[in-house]
Amino acid sequence: MTTATLPARAADFPRARAVLARGDRWFLRVLRGAALTLVAVVLGIFLEMSVSAWPAVRAFGVRFLTTSTWDPVAETFGAVPFLYGTLLSSLLALAVAVPLGIAAAIFLAELAPTWLRGPINFLTEMVAAVPSVVFGLWGIFVLAPLLRTWIQPALGSTLGFLPLFQGPPYGVGMLAAGIILAIMIVPYITAVSREVLLAVPNTQREAALAIGATRWETTRMAVLRYARPGLVGAVLLALGRALGETMAVTMVIGNRPEVAVSLFAPGYTMASVIANEFAEATSDLYLAALVEMGLLLFVVTVIVNGLARLLVWRVGGPVKQVRE
Amino acid sequence: MNPRRRRLVNRLMSTLSAVAAVATILPLLLIFAFLLYQGASAINIDFFTRLPKPVGEVGGGMANAIVGSIILVGLAAVLGVPLGVLTGVYLAESRDSRLPWTARFLADVLNGVPSIVIGLFVYALLVLPMRRFSALAGAAALAMIMLPIVARTSEEMVRLVPASLREAALALGLPQWKVVLRVVLPTARAGIVTGVMVALARVAGETAPLLFTAFGNRFWHQGMDQPIAALPLQIFAYAIAPYDDWHRQAWAGALVLIVLVFLVSLTARLATRRRVGAMR
Repeated sequence: MTTATLPARAADFPRARAVLARGDRWFLRVLRGAALTLVAVVLGIFLEMSVSAWPAVRAFGVRFLTTSTWDPVAETFGAVPFLYGTLLSSLLALAVAVPLGIAAAIFLAELAPTWLRGPINFLTEMVAAVPSVVFGLWGIFVLAPLLRTWIQPALGSTLGFLPLFQGPPYGVGMLAAGIILAIMIVPYITAVSREVLLAVPNTQREAALAIGATRWETTRMAVLRYARPGLVGAVLLALGRALGETMAVTMVIGNRPEVAVSLFAPGYTMASVIANEFAEATSDLYLAALVEMGLLLFVVTVIVNGLARLLVWRVGGPVKQVRE
Repeated sequence: MNPRRRRLVNRLMSTLSAVAAVATILPLLLIFAFLLYQGASAINIDFFTRLPKPVGEVGGGMANAIVGSIILVGLAAVLGVPLGVLTGVYLAESRDSRLPWTARFLADVLNGVPSIVIGLFVYALLVLPMRRFSALAGAAALAMIMLPIVARTSEEMVRLVPASLREAALALGLPQWKVVLRVVLPTARAGIVTGVMVALARVAGETAPLLFTAFGNRFWHQGMDQPIAALPLQIFAYAIAPYDDWHRQAWAGALVLIVLVFLVSLTARLATRRRVGAMR
């Protein structure tokens, strides 16, 4: 922001110009202050949590990441079951949501008739607006019973030879968490992928159509290839959401700190254990262990999101913002 | 390749992508249908006017949670919106070399930070020094979630303001700050309001960051330095409790929450559509 565009004769009135410039300088300071506050919040989260987590880091070191006993009474804390639960539930969600979300984005950006794009786009945005706790409520009372009485027995009897589908059907558990997460992150993948696809220059499409490609061939060869970094970014953004999603997962995953291969078994995630135990944690070391879990979550999501943004910006530019 | 096969593949992929789009929005319809089915029967006057009954007694309502949510979201807006809009103006107008890029990047990063982590941060920042859970802490957590959303939409909207308007105002001898406050921001107002409403809709449904900041309360609002009830917290507490009457009220609460969130999102959307159309 400069004062280069002041009226041409302003130079003849040095006093007036000084007054104007002073106002602008102050204004710029206020704006900078606002932007710096945002920077300070992010740095503050990192520094504050590092300090609070330090007792646990010092007490357990790398064992925190490699052992799986979580015993508040004995003050032994190993995060493996939570790391495992967070990763598995998120990957499960991605496995369902990525093909679905990108296909829906292709439909919305490339193939759908124009009159249909607005309404469907609006509805996918509404899915993203549903609060997490409402998904959780639906998960407890609709999805979990559905899984317990129909889907899990069916999977068990057909694919039960795989260790993934063995064990008693509780309803709540890893599978329920993965499905709920998938439903929740699909709209993010669709929204970001759609923006990325729309940012692909039309010359790409025209070139492919001109040499006789069908719509789908155009999409596959000229559009998707061009948009690939952005699509990877969209998937990473969704992964970031899934890793940190708390309420809905807490309500359906079963909250048992175990490492089980079966998707039917209950699990636990990093965000859920913080949500469930932080307010009741009594000893300082217990609190520090939970904060360390939060710090890990923060660092991982910052890396995943940072990477995602850079990739999405590469296709669309930083200013073409994706509304969430 | 055989042209018939190519046409077939084209048809097939178009159909598949349409199916995927439908599958994406199907859960919304299912959830909404269930909320209506389960929640509508539990909604009555008591729900909006009464406090929760003690454990074991049937009846009562969530009036305190509804009021609490309004207070929390309102206070969060007071804290987060001015800061967010100023940050947005800075991102759009500044010619500084590094800070705009850094702030924009961190805004997007902050937007992706799990809300439970923000709850942990505010716990250390406000709850520990004050030695109690409080409405203020809950609102601060929500404000931090609003901040990046408001900042980024404001930036986008300020950028949409035509340069000719700025130049005209500057040519009249207005200082830069007046141009921004009197010309640029009023022109971008509708878009900025939309961004704010999107942010409000998002934080109104947040539960995780309130768990150990606002904490919840079974009584009316008792001051900014006291724990306060919130609709999402109450839904969560009732959903995982073992009482049928509480489950019924959780559905009712969820229905109220989702209707509020949808109304706000819908208004926001209609407002931008009209405005952006008019500006072009």
